[in-house]
Amino acid sequence: MIEISSVRKSFRDVDVLKGISLTIEDHEIYGIVGQSGAGKSTLLRCINGLEPYDSGEITVDGALVNSRDKSALRGLQKRMGMIFQSFNLLERLDVYGNIALPMKFWGINTRSQESRDKIEELIRLVGLEDKAHMKPRQLSGGQKQRVAIARALVLDPQFLLCDEATSALDPEITKGILALLQKINREMGITVVVVTHQMEVVKQICGRVAFLYNGSVLSQGKPEEMFIKPAEKEIQSFLRDKSELLPRTGVNIQVFFVGEGSNEPVITQMARELGKDFSICWAKLEDFRENVYGSLVLNIDKADREQVCNFLSSKKVAWEVLT
Amino acid sequence: MGIASTTSMTGIILTALWQTLYMVFWSTLLSVIIGFIPAIILTLTAPDGLRPIRPVYEILSFLVNVFRSFPFVILLVLVIPFTRLVVGKAIGTTASIVPLTLSAIPFIARIIETALRETDAGVIEAAKSFGASNWQILWRVYIKESIPRILNGIVLLIISLVGYSAMAGTVGGGGIGDIAIRFGYQQYRTDYLVVCSIILIIFVQLIQMIGNHLYKRLS
Repeated sequence: MIEISSVRKSFRDVDVLKGISLTIEDHEIYGIVGQSGAGKSTLLRCINGLEPYDSGEITVDGALVNSRDKSALRGLQKRMGMIFQSFNLLERLDVYGNIALPMKFWGINTRSQESRDKIEELIRLVGLEDKAHMKPRQLSGGQKQRVAIARALVLDPQFLLCDEATSALDPEITKGILALLQKINREMGITVVVVTHQMEVVKQICGRVAFLYNGSVLSQGKPEEMFIKPAEKEIQSFLRDKSELLPRTGVNIQVFFVGEGSNEPVITQMARELGKDFSICWAKLEDFRENVYGSLVLNIDKADREQVCNFLSSKKVAWEVLT
Repeated sequence: MGIASTTSMTGIILTALWQTLYMVFWSTLLSVIIGFIPAIILTLTAPDGLRPIRPVYEILSFLVNVFRSFPFVILLVLVIPFTRLVVGKAIGTTASIVPLTLSAIPFIARIIETALRETDAGVIEAAKSFGASNWQILWRVYIKESIPRILNGIVLLIISLVGYSAMAGTVGGGGIGDIAIRFGYQQYRTDYLVVCSIILIIFVQLIQMIGNHLYKRLS
């Protein structure tokens, strides 16, 4: 468990983290989301001790992350594998050598049968059996990130910290990497912390997320609850998908299908029961892991507003009138 | 002097070639070994280094610049007392290795520093994230990742040392460049001038080719 409480950090006179508190439970995939400059990468670097923080506390299973206590910090870093946006592989080492590198930092004999078996197993896990002796420059971005993932796992960490790990990859490759992270989480029980600005990452793998805005946690919870009907306008603008081309006449009502009620045919019922005409002028479906969530915007006549609102209120759907 | 004892052109040139190789080899080897020390200190203490110490970096950097800006011919004369202390005499092929090495140290130190500091900051960060110590990062990341770049710098060093070794003739160092000046230029022996030039061109080409080949193999 990683516990972060009231962590503050500033670079010179810029406050980057303004009292962040959150808890990452064991075996979950936790997302730290937000726009560039929100402080999410800095927070991740503080968790790993790459960056010191000014005040507050970060503990890993009760042990304090303190960048001044170098030997204790090393021990914690061993338990937290990390991957990066730019992969950060050593150019002169092949796939095998890159994966073996953290072992060398820990004085583990990389030539022992045990080490060799482990490295080969990790190469198989990330699906690069045929590339074990290739150099990074011969690999694609997705393959490089796979090497980095194997490298991050070679010391048997409890946590895998991912700093914008898929931001430099195209959507198809991203899916593959995310599936791999999910597999690592499920099969190896490794807690995964992802820092990202990509909604698809959150939707595909995160069980819980924290939305960071300007150095503070604006909202925390399950992504499907947080992002389908976001109350905060910062999150709305992060999602940036509110259509600006909604009709200017009549009344626009957005209906959300979250959790219970998302399987009920509310819209067709409404048309039949009220005998009113309306148009659907905007709609969106989203996959959050295995579930589908959606929202749509109806445009109705001003005169029908009350009737429609009453009808929607009687159903198990969330809705709001857009102004 | 060795050159005086042989009178045939082949003999003179072969002796001179041997002297050039001897001077360039030892001054390269010594300056690379010694130059590594300031290069590493500069890399570690630089503002973006593992242990930034501004005054150390600034002072050392200034000293390197001062020694680099010394004209070689002046240095040659200035270090004569030092050369006598180290070699026992101030004149001759072995003696000329001292000023050659001294002038090469700041040059190669800067080159190695630049090569080391070109190491990708992200890779260093990754090493840190796995709990690597500063010395491990220096050796396993900085130095090992920079070997091809350092090699390129050494090729550059060898080629400029070939040029400087010609000037070492002034202190009786001998060598191909010295023959070209004394026989070819001062005694109007065009044949010597041509042969010496061709040998130098081939030598430089060869070094560059070997360097390029090694760079490709190592990177």
